[in-house]
Amino acid sequence: MAETLLQVARLGVEFRQPGNTVRAVKNVSFDIEQGETVALVGESGSGKSVTALSVLQLLPYPVAAHTPGSSIRFRGRELVGADENVLRAVRGDQVSMIFQEPMISLNPLHIVEKQINEVLMVHKGLSRNAARARTLELLDLVRLRDPEQRLKSYPHQLSGGQRQRVMIAMALANEPDLLIADEPTTAVDVTIQAQILELLNDLQARLGMAMLFITHDLSVVRKMASRVHVMHAGSVVESGSVNEIFERPQHPYTQRLLAAEPKGGAVAAPPDAPPVMTAQDIKVWFPVKAGVLRRTVGHVKAVNGISVKVRQGHTVGVVGESGSGKTTLGLALLRLEKSKGSIEFDGRVIQGLSWKSLRPLRREMQIVFQDPFGSLSPRMSVGQIIGEGLSVHGLGKDEAEREQMIIEALEEVYLDPDTRHRYPHEFSGGQRQRIAIARAMILKPRFVVLDEPTSALDMSVQAQIVDLLRELQARHKLAYLFISHDLKVIRAMSDEVMVMRDGQVVEHRPADEIFDNPRAPYTRALMAAAFDLEAVEEGAVRT
Amino acid sequence: MGKIENNAARSRGTFLGMKISSITERRLHNFRSNKRGYWSLWIFLVLFTITLFAEFVANDKPFLAYYKGDVYMPIFQAYPETAFGGEFLTEADYRDPLVARLINDNGWMIWPIVRYNHRTVAWDLPAPAPSPPDNEHWLGTDDQARDVVARLIYGFRISVLFGFALTIVSAVVGVTAGAVQGYFGGWLDLLFQRFMEIWSGMPILYLLIILASIVEPNFWWLLGVLLLFSWMGFVGVVRAEFLRARNLDFIRAARALGVSDTMIMFRHVLPNAMVATITLMPFTLAGSVTILTGFDFLGIGLPPGSASLGEVLAQAIANLQAPWLGLTAFFVIATMLSLLMFIGEAVRDAFDPRKLFAGALPPEDTGPVSASTKPEPATEGVG
Repeated sequence: MAETLLQVARLGVEFRQPGNTVRAVKNVSFDIEQGETVALVGESGSGKSVTALSVLQLLPYPVAAHTPGSSIRFRGRELVGADENVLRAVRGDQVSMIFQEPMISLNPLHIVEKQINEVLMVHKGLSRNAARARTLELLDLVRLRDPEQRLKSYPHQLSGGQRQRVMIAMALANEPDLLIADEPTTAVDVTIQAQILELLNDLQARLGMAMLFITHDLSVVRKMASRVHVMHAGSVVESGSVNEIFERPQHPYTQRLLAAEPKGGAVAAPPDAPPVMTAQDIKVWFPVKAGVLRRTVGHVKAVNGISVKVRQGHTVGVVGESGSGKTTLGLALLRLEKSKGSIEFDGRVIQGLSWKSLRPLRREMQIVFQDPFGSLSPRMSVGQIIGEGLSVHGLGKDEAEREQMIIEALEEVYLDPDTRHRYPHEFSGGQRQRIAIARAMILKPRFVVLDEPTSALDMSVQAQIVDLLRELQARHKLAYLFISHDLKVIRAMSDEVMVMRDGQVVEHRPADEIFDNPRAPYTRALMAAAFDLEAVEEGAVRT
Repeated sequence: MGKIENNAARSRGTFLGMKISSITERRLHNFRSNKRGYWSLWIFLVLFTITLFAEFVANDKPFLAYYKGDVYMPIFQAYPETAFGGEFLTEADYRDPLVARLINDNGWMIWPIVRYNHRTVAWDLPAPAPSPPDNEHWLGTDDQARDVVARLIYGFRISVLFGFALTIVSAVVGVTAGAVQGYFGGWLDLLFQRFMEIWSGMPILYLLIILASIVEPNFWWLLGVLLLFSWMGFVGVVRAEFLRARNLDFIRAARALGVSDTMIMFRHVLPNAMVATITLMPFTLAGSVTILTGFDFLGIGLPPGSASLGEVLAQAIANLQAPWLGLTAFFVIATMLSLLMFIGEAVRDAFDPRKLFAGALPPEDTGPVSASTKPEPATEGVG
């Protein structure tokens, strides 16, 4: 058996703030052998990232403090409380880290070459030319296409997947013994996720490094790790090999986590229900302007000739990767984005109506956004947020009646009516999304655009929100346009599925047909990536 | 329901008897934990309150006189000398030994602590003016035999009041302009920005010198002219905040609800922009005070004879043999500006979201809330 690379024992982390000490990590112990992949799984707030940052001693000390007895040994050397010089030698050299969001982890003002060279020059003391050669080698290793040209690119010129590859190249620059990957694929599309995971697996085998993989996504764990530690509320509740955990979960939390995937299918509704929203040949083109006179030289065709019909009580699922124009389509249908083509709501033509004459109809068409942190005004109480629509549309006779309606709306999304006096920051992601749904539902709409309502949430919460949405749909005969990149959620919600790519429809058929028998190659690639985490080579998807 | 209401009330603190949100509570806590800024605020408030009642602290009239069974309040009302048995019909000069004796023989007077105001000329100096500090004039007199303490008290008041007025009015103008530009963007924003670039190139000093040769500048003239330029400081931050917020989801959500533009600007975006504005305010206040002092020093500020810190400085230069003038002016101005800066730093800290705060943060729970669920503390940004 190889020497134990990393030994974490009785690790505790406290955040000490005036009048309040938060124990983020409690008594966590695990080992990583050489060349092994260990996964830390848990939902947001479970302390998994804090654990990972502790290994490199990157927490905001002294606000953060390790409890007495905490020990992190890397190759037998104690890192907790170690000298800054010792740590610097370990960080980036023997242990590297890749972060969740590549856009903010790369310096936006440096070209790719400079970012990677810097690591090489600092740790290896390479000359500029030697560093450049090695950088090229690394970019080749992470299979970035046209590495020569990419050297001169700035981070914003790269796609999400490419940026993540650059991050990985940077992390690998010094051939680390341990790579800490903190949710490396959460911010990228499913097809990219599959590619990145494959790349990491491949690199690990080739370079023989160990990996500490942090994720909330169980299917990723199954694909990547050999051993798993499930974290909940700062403690490891269950540890074991992948097979043990997935086949025979012992701890109730693990069982809950495993059972948490959104299940079931669309709410049954008569197939000949009257259409609520009908759109023909919708086009949203953003002009590209250039030159001194800002002449329009071309268009970004965000949505290019899409027709869609949503019937009462039905859900149309719109799937696509980021940049496919699915959100723009949703905004265009609600007339929140300028578009061409005919839009009819409930038999009335609403394309071309003025903002003012549209206002009475706003009540009946609502939208729920992806980011529950961004979609609630941080300075208004929950009651004010939910009640705003009521006063705009003059619903409710007086304050008391409106108050009663707010209470009912909160009860409908299973929130304690008492919460109306609190502010959004006091709530978790799932609770905020419920508030956002209540804000839309209090107006008794007939058509709701759900723009990735589950994407920012933990897996178990996703399932709850899906259940809630289906329940509301059945009760109020709502028509949904459900936008998501997550095929599992789409399958649990939709009657019809529309696959979008580059502003166009790739495939649009009833849900069961499309999931059982995808026709277009792109659809097949998406499904492989989403359900099996398989990367499809070349052609069908981009990198 | 009663139990639930209690629960809600408990989760929010109170400040000066008003209910405040927990964000505000957290900020107050953070402000208080910056000890330097907190104490600076108290010292400044005490100084400001004292100088606000300058007429009662330093005046050449008693604020209460009792004469032959009648009560007089000379600060509020002018009495002729004849009212106290004197000879002239002009207002009584209570510092005149004759008048003082007339009153004291038949009653009494209560004097302010300093028996001079900023214009009182002391005729009975032991040495030629400017006279050095002594028992009567704690910080000496200036070259027109006026008491320096009295001039400082009045000068401090007018500096701070001028600063407040300029800051508040420019904040209102600047926030409005920034809000409109940031929210609507496009051509409006572009043109307004170019206008501001040209406008900020205007030589404000020369404008004031020219103005001084046409009219006699007073408090309001100075305020007006400085206002023409000082509002631009606020536009940048507010505009940036509106530009950012314009594309946030909660603004979109409000638009989807059918809320009008004005309402969105006032209810949704402005509260967010106020953080930047309030953070900037103490520094603008300090800047305004400095500018007024500077103009007074150059002699193009407040009309001659007004009490002002800049004027004391100018006198110090003209009378190098009287170091108490220069030292006094320096220490008063330095103290005032330092206090304002410390307060400003504390306010900035209080509003800084990157500071690690104590207090209620998002709970870990994700499911439906029941009445019994309490938000569990968790750490923001990590984990």
